[in-house]
Amino acid sequence: MVIAKNSIFGEALNFFITDSIKIAILLVAIIFFVSFLRSYLPPEKVKKVLANRFEFVGNILAAMIGIVTPFCSCSAVPLFIGFVESGVPLGVTFSYLVSAPMVNEVAAVLLLGLFGWKIALIYVVSGVVIAVVTGVIIGKFKLEGWVEDYVWKIKAGSTAVEDTKILAQRIKEARQYTFNLFKNIYPSVLLGVLLGAFIHGYAPENFLASLAGKGNIFAVPLAVLIGVPLYSNAAGTIPIVKALIEKGLPLGTALAFMMAITALSLPEMIILRKVLKPKLLSVYIAILTVGVIFTGYLFNWVM
Amino acid sequence: MEIQVFGSGCPTCKKLYEMTKQAVLENGLNFEVKHITDVAEIVEMGLLRSPALVIDNEIAVAGRVPSTEELKEIIARHNM
Repeated sequence: MVIAKNSIFGEALNFFITDSIKIAILLVAIIFFVSFLRSYLPPEKVKKVLANRFEFVGNILAAMIGIVTPFCSCSAVPLFIGFVESGVPLGVTFSYLVSAPMVNEVAAVLLLGLFGWKIALIYVVSGVVIAVVTGVIIGKFKLEGWVEDYVWKIKAGSTAVEDTKILAQRIKEARQYTFNLFKNIYPSVLLGVLLGAFIHGYAPENFLASLAGKGNIFAVPLAVLIGVPLYSNAAGTIPIVKALIEKGLPLGTALAFMMAITALSLPEMIILRKVLKPKLLSVYIAILTVGVIFTGYLFNWVM
Repeated sequence: MEIQVFGSGCPTCKKLYEMTKQAVLENGLNFEVKHITDVAEIVEMGLLRSPALVIDNEIAVAGRVPSTEELKEIIARHNM
């Protein structure tokens, strides 16, 4: 079958193949690197680093460590209790809790592959800033009373976790993790790239510019709202967002959308309700939402 | 031998529980595998990551799901 290079279909196909190969290589390389690095930073160690830290410095440190930490929402509760129990200030714990899921390596890889390093960096830096701000605010207002009372009664154990791994074992575990994660997310990445390729080929130029352009002040909050239920699918969504940007979706709006996907995940909120009283959970969600929307407006305005 | 899988009930945790049961069986052993989902117990164990495999009060695996082969090896090592 011969496909004319300049046909719309040919262009969409070309777009699909290039992007899917590029992303596959980047995903494998970066997930491997991050999970290897992570084996040196287990939460047990992070807890020790952050315990009894001064606020602010602690917040920044927590947010930075959060970048390389993965986040399974099922670990949120034990992690939260373990941190506050061992003297990590509440605000610092929150900085970590925000940064860990929001700045995840899969989202960063996709941004790097599809948009280039500048956008990927902006995404990571904005995530860290929001994490620090959220933690500092929660720390300032001394909201410890809004944490469920039973949390303070639990006595955290101190059973030592294996940390004498040899290099070969770290590499093996990182390889295993990379393989599993890749297998899980790559199908949705492919689907996203496929949809993106078709939008790229077939959607009319600038069709979003009038609808969701910078002129529409509701576009950013709306994008955040749409992003909330999509939490599990950052991998599949980002390639579509790229195509939408080409069709006139402003960058800030797109950025807010992507952050909402990773940071404001519904299941995580439900799990956190176990340790946070409704008031504190609302404060947490409110700060995050405002932070993400603000980032969206900021980049629409700057770029 | 006391084998416990700690996890707050997420799919990954259930997977480790099922795999551990399978590994015990494949090792030809007859131990009960306990699935502990109570957050207080998880924290009291000193765990920050789930899922985790604890054998005789020693944390063998935390925050990841090893392969069935590795699980069998870990269980065999503790059974000696």
